[in-house]
Amino acid sequence: MNAPLLSVTDLRTVFDTRAGRVCAVDGVNVEVRRGECLGVVGESGSGKSVTFASVMGLVRSPGRIDGGAIIFDGRDLRTLTPQQMRKVRGRDIAMTMQDALTALNPALTVGEQIGEVLEAHDETLPSSRGARNAAIRERSVEMLSLVGIPSAESRLRQYPHEFSGGMRQRIMIAIALACRPKLLIADEPTTALDVTIQAQVLELITDIRAKLGMSVVLITHDLGVVTEHCDRVMVMYAGQVVEEGPVREVIGSPSHPYTKGLLGSIPRLALRGQKIKPIEGQVPDLIDLPAQCRFYSRCTLRQDVCKSLISMREATPGHSARCVLVGKDRP
Amino acid sequence: MSDAPLLQVTGLTKHYSGHRSIGQRLGGVPQTVVKAVNDVSLSVRRGEILGLIGESGCGKSTLGRAILRLHEPTEGKVVFDGKDVTALDADALKSMRRRMQIIFQDPYASLNPRRTVAEIVGLPLKLHGLATTQDEVRAKVAAIIEKVGLKANQLDRYPHQFSGGQRQRIGIARALISNPEFIVCDEPVSALDVSIQAQIIELLLNLKSELGLTYLFISHDISVIGYLSDRVAVMYLGEIVEMGPVDAVLSRPRHPYTQSLMSAVPEVDVHAQKSRVRLTGDLPSPLNPPSGCKFHTRCPLAIDICKVKAPVTETVGEAHTAACHRLAEKLSLLEAAEA
Ligand SMILES: Nc1ncnc2c1ncn2[C@@H]1O[C@H](COP(=O)(O)OP(=O)(O)O)[C@@H](O)[C@H]1O
Ligand SMILES: Nc1ncnc2c1ncn2[C@@H]1O[C@H](COP(=O)(O)OP(=O)(O)O)[C@@H](O)[C@H]1O
Ligand SMILES: [Mg+2]
Ligand SMILES: [Mg+2]
Repeated sequence: MNAPLLSVTDLRTVFDTRAGRVCAVDGVNVEVRRGECLGVVGESGSGKSVTFASVMGLVRSPGRIDGGAIIFDGRDLRTLTPQQMRKVRGRDIAMTMQDALTALNPALTVGEQIGEVLEAHDETLPSSRGARNAAIRERSVEMLSLVGIPSAESRLRQYPHEFSGGMRQRIMIAIALACRPKLLIADEPTTALDVTIQAQVLELITDIRAKLGMSVVLITHDLGVVTEHCDRVMVMYAGQVVEEGPVREVIGSPSHPYTKGLLGSIPRLALRGQKIKPIEGQVPDLIDLPAQCRFYSRCTLRQDVCKSLISMREATPGHSARCVLVGKDRP
Repeated sequence: MSDAPLLQVTGLTKHYSGHRSIGQRLGGVPQTVVKAVNDVSLSVRRGEILGLIGESGCGKSTLGRAILRLHEPTEGKVVFDGKDVTALDADALKSMRRRMQIIFQDPYASLNPRRTVAEIVGLPLKLHGLATTQDEVRAKVAAIIEKVGLKANQLDRYPHQFSGGQRQRIGIARALISNPEFIVCDEPVSALDVSIQAQIIELLLNLKSELGLTYLFISHDISVIGYLSDRVAVMYLGEIVEMGPVDAVLSRPRHPYTQSLMSAVPEVDVHAQKSRVRLTGDLPSPLNPPSGCKFHTRCPLAIDICKVKAPVTETVGEAHTAACHRLAEKLSLLEAAEA
């Protein structure tokens, strides 16, 4: 099948706050193909988490989805009842949250938390009590072993605080994978972890993706992680997608001045003695944004035409950016 | 200027005693000891940046604070500009602190939310008697605030009215106002987004050359350390396992731990063909560190001797040292992984 697994068009999610309406996600399109890993990058506050919380139907007041279509595997998720949506979550799409310690329930053992998901979503479980519990137990051990937690049997009886940060991320992934979803959305799964542990967790996600044939959305602010683990990437800035395409192209020959700026501001051993070029200024306030390029105030290449609404323009087939300079000759 | 290093640390050790309830004490539960820093020796020359890397919990912050005696060292000696800091009495230590400062990681937690920028940054001036009148304090604060890239008309604002990057600038201004020579930068950019991180790194480098500062720069981000350090020390479970010029240590690492750290850093190079060495497991607890070489439980090259005997620090190149039993075999973990 060639239709994308997830296709989001023109998504708008707003928060009505005392200070005014925050347009956290403003006209975002996302496409996740079957079996691929899509990276989502951008500085904090750019709308990465809210975009995918919207997909999951998890935006809470004062936030709401204000427009757009979310088509998953042929169904428009926005037309589903809360009951139907609960089924989709966990069984078809699962999301791991940025902060594993607060996302896990501190009062339940790890086994109880995996069991809860299976109980709610797994229709293949036998119906008699005893056989059902045995099956849940077996599947839970299998999931913990799958994410590389040794002595899974005994660790099922432990509570989240008895695990290290890297282990907790693995447990969240185990819970997310318990019902073998078609799509795993991992929100900054390694931001709080050290590089050696980060490498373990990312490798785990890549392995399981291959094993279970699922698609993955990997939200991160680390362009290195995207380069090494994703097939395609979308770059977000102030609630919009500003560049999107295959990793090889977006990271190898970026088109948008923001993406270039991000790449230019990463310190590296290879850049010793050279100046890294920070992007001056800071992300604009998302309340009452003018109808112009959102990067205008920080862009060194800005022109008068940038003060109008800018749409995505194609750089090369499959690679586009929200910048008037794209598709034109520039030094 | 003499050849003596500005900072000389010898055999520095810091153990924290764990907390026991009265019940536990009466019940004979033994005192637990966190061996956060063990027998660390290093030196920093004037004008140099020594980078300190290692996973969280390995003792980097403890080492930085013990050097400044913000945490009292358990053992060892710290000599700053010829003076034994570890032997100073309270008054002498206070005046030494004017010359040795620290910048913290968390720009949110390290600034008092109920004080204005003028008060926060001006406090060290009063503490060290560096300004006599209120006007003088204010003029000095305004000058330093502009030096770190903020505006003098922001002096009467509170920390929450600033972004993360701006708050880090306030922290830097507070460290700089007493005109120090040496600054422990404890993960000053770790909490910041990459574009803001780059702004702060540039600021710290510019200030260093303008004011002739010397930094001990702590980070768990190897890319940051590689970019700005002259020399690097790699720490594992409270000990320095490898140290030397940045190019040697990061481009031709000799210790298997450094090698695995380097191979775990995700790089923004779409053409890179990297061999990967994956460490298994987490950092062991410093409450009960492994015997012998503390890295042996995770080391792909570990052999029997590593479990029983701690390796000594050897010279492996020009000003380059490492502590590993298998250095003589010139084994590279990467080669071993490929074989
Ligand atoms: N509960 C909320 N109330 C008001 N604004 C919110 C809320 N949650 C998110 N936002 C706004 O949405 C924007 C995007 O947030 P988020 O998606 O979490 O960013 P990211 O994940 O890219 O760091 C933020 O800048 C914030 O202003
Ligand atoms: N005040 C303290 N009391 C007890 N243990 C501490 C204290 N501060 C740090 N530790 C412990 O010492 C070890 C090293 O911590 P730290 O120096 O903060 O490491 P790093 O900065 O490398 O992350 C950790 O195991 C930590 O839990
Ligand atoms: Mg987020
Ligand atoms: Mg620390």
